[in-house]
Amino acid sequence: MNRKQKNVLIRIIISLVLLIAIKTASAFSEIVCDYELIAYLIPYAIIGWDVLWKAIRNISRGQVFDENFLMAIATIGAMFTGEYIEGAAVMLFYQVGELFQSCAVGRSRKSIASLMNIRPDHANIERDGKLETVSPEDVNIGDTIVIKPGEKIPLDGVILDGSSTVDTAALTGESVPRDVLTGDDVVSGCINLSGVLKVRVTKRFGESTVAKILDLVENTGSKKAKSENFITKFARYYTPCVVVGAVLLAVLPPLITGGDWASWIHRALIFLVISCPCALVISVPLSFFGGIGGASRCGVLVKGGNYLEALAKTEIIVFDKTGTLTKGVFNVTAIHPDIISESELLEYAALAEHYSNHPISRSLKDAYDREIDTSRINDYAETAGRGVRAKIDSAVICAGNNKYMDEIGVKWHPCHHVGTTVHVAVNGEYAGHIVISDEVKSDAKDAISNLKKHGIKKTVMLTGDSKETAESIAASLGIDEVYSELMPADKVSNVEKLISEKSSDKTLAFVGDGINDAPVLARADIGIAMGAMGSDAAIEAADIVLMDDKPSKIADAIDISKRTLRIVYQNIVFALAVKAAVLALGALGIASMWAAVFADVGVSVIAILNAMRALHVKSK
Amino acid sequence: MTKVFNLVDLDCANCAQKMEDAIRKIDGVEDVSVSFMMQKMTLTADEEKFEEIKKKIKKVCRKVEPDCKIEF
Repeated sequence: MNRKQKNVLIRIIISLVLLIAIKTASAFSEIVCDYELIAYLIPYAIIGWDVLWKAIRNISRGQVFDENFLMAIATIGAMFTGEYIEGAAVMLFYQVGELFQSCAVGRSRKSIASLMNIRPDHANIERDGKLETVSPEDVNIGDTIVIKPGEKIPLDGVILDGSSTVDTAALTGESVPRDVLTGDDVVSGCINLSGVLKVRVTKRFGESTVAKILDLVENTGSKKAKSENFITKFARYYTPCVVVGAVLLAVLPPLITGGDWASWIHRALIFLVISCPCALVISVPLSFFGGIGGASRCGVLVKGGNYLEALAKTEIIVFDKTGTLTKGVFNVTAIHPDIISESELLEYAALAEHYSNHPISRSLKDAYDREIDTSRINDYAETAGRGVRAKIDSAVICAGNNKYMDEIGVKWHPCHHVGTTVHVAVNGEYAGHIVISDEVKSDAKDAISNLKKHGIKKTVMLTGDSKETAESIAASLGIDEVYSELMPADKVSNVEKLISEKSSDKTLAFVGDGINDAPVLARADIGIAMGAMGSDAAIEAADIVLMDDKPSKIADAIDISKRTLRIVYQNIVFALAVKAAVLALGALGIASMWAAVFADVGVSVIAILNAMRALHVKSK
Repeated sequence: MTKVFNLVDLDCANCAQKMEDAIRKIDGVEDVSVSFMMQKMTLTADEEKFEEIKKKIKKVCRKVEPDCKIEF
């Protein structure tokens, strides 16, 4: 509790004690009874002076439907109709509710802030062999910083010396620490757990991952969800309507039936107490805020309540293949020699491809994994989009695709393995082939089947890869539709076509790795980027950012969004139902002012407590 | 130009909404979002008129929610 809240608490206690004292005293003492109004005005003033003051101040500025003003009228009105205790007590309970509300909001704000407590406060910079502690903002690219065990990694960089394990939980929700060695990249915001790391800084603080994420989190509130806008619009009309209702209720029935003025005015006052829309106005954004906080705990950053809302209505999910469903790393997956041994075939291929910059040659060299003696390679020639030719020792080696083999007149045979096939010919004779393919992520299959369980109607995969590769991967993962051999621009038009096919109140999400697919991320209803640790493009282009590379997080995110929306609807329905019921009962003269106070602050408190549930996500 | 400002003592969600509505009506304001949860205001407005708009915002907020201060 802050000082302001403590002050209110003290006032609540004092006025509560006074109220009880006066009530008890009036039962025994005639004098207290005679001056009852004055006696009750003391606790009333103690608890309600600020409300009265704000009411006067705001009404002088033309704020008619101000909650302080309405509360003041209701309680003063109660005093006038002779309900002294009620007037004072209603004000007291109003303040109790307000206090509780402000504490609850403060707490949820804090718990979300602590979730994102990743801001590093210092960096140990190495200058002339000595360590200096400076603010992360003052560190330049190329500086060497030292991170001790237990410290937060302040800036993105690459390890010069040392090995350790780092805790990435604050960023990814992943509870298993990651091992890092010399030469590895480290991401700011993680915690160094075991060893001392010497790191060369590669990004200034402002461009570091941690700064980008903090920036993103701090701006989540600025994008409002549709249901949030609905409720604020509703609130705009609700209060004036109820107040007009109160005036009519006070004036019309007594005029028409000639009934008892005091009783109808009392009923009207009940209306005024219920007229504040705060329960609704506060609980909806609080639920979204909680949902966003809960998601970030799992390593899913949602840029606003509107995206959380849209995610819950996802009907079609479109995936990019490379880097999203697959690892995006090409490996040799099969070696099929015809006339020579497996190791010979790989050796020839790796040597022949040595001078090529193609990703395929890199994976061949990785698979070979031995020092290449360049003196063995002579007469190297590359035909773009076909293959390479080189003289290794005394043999002429040709390595390339189907078309290349056709061109040089070597009879080849296709491979039953899916992937990119590199054929190798030795001295014009077919020697076999090597298959290179991208590995599917280990959780990709579960991710797709989980999405189906979460009510996703259609999963689609887009790729620039060949038809066979794309279809075999799609089949193994259980994806419904595949579009292959696409150019980047085709991806946008495909997504547009799919958007036109979906139901109008549902949404389409596109999942990519942020590389080359920014236009698609922007075009889809919801752009989800994954593997954001280190990729700025992804963080900026997407609406939802998965901090790690796991596609299975999408189902978790949808789960969270549905749960949050459920809480939002519960709150809206509950608050409206209670208010409507108490309004109806109040008009009939059945509900008391106590019920009205409950319908106002009581409902707020319950709605806030319910909203807080959105923050608590089951950790897996 | 878009800027974010901190809000101090913004006590009720409804008031935040009222502030937002009032600021939106100011001439030159392209977009504004008052976040009760973050206690922040995100303002997009005409760069040339920014100072003038800030003054107007101060005035409007004094009327709608006098307890809340904007850290310009």
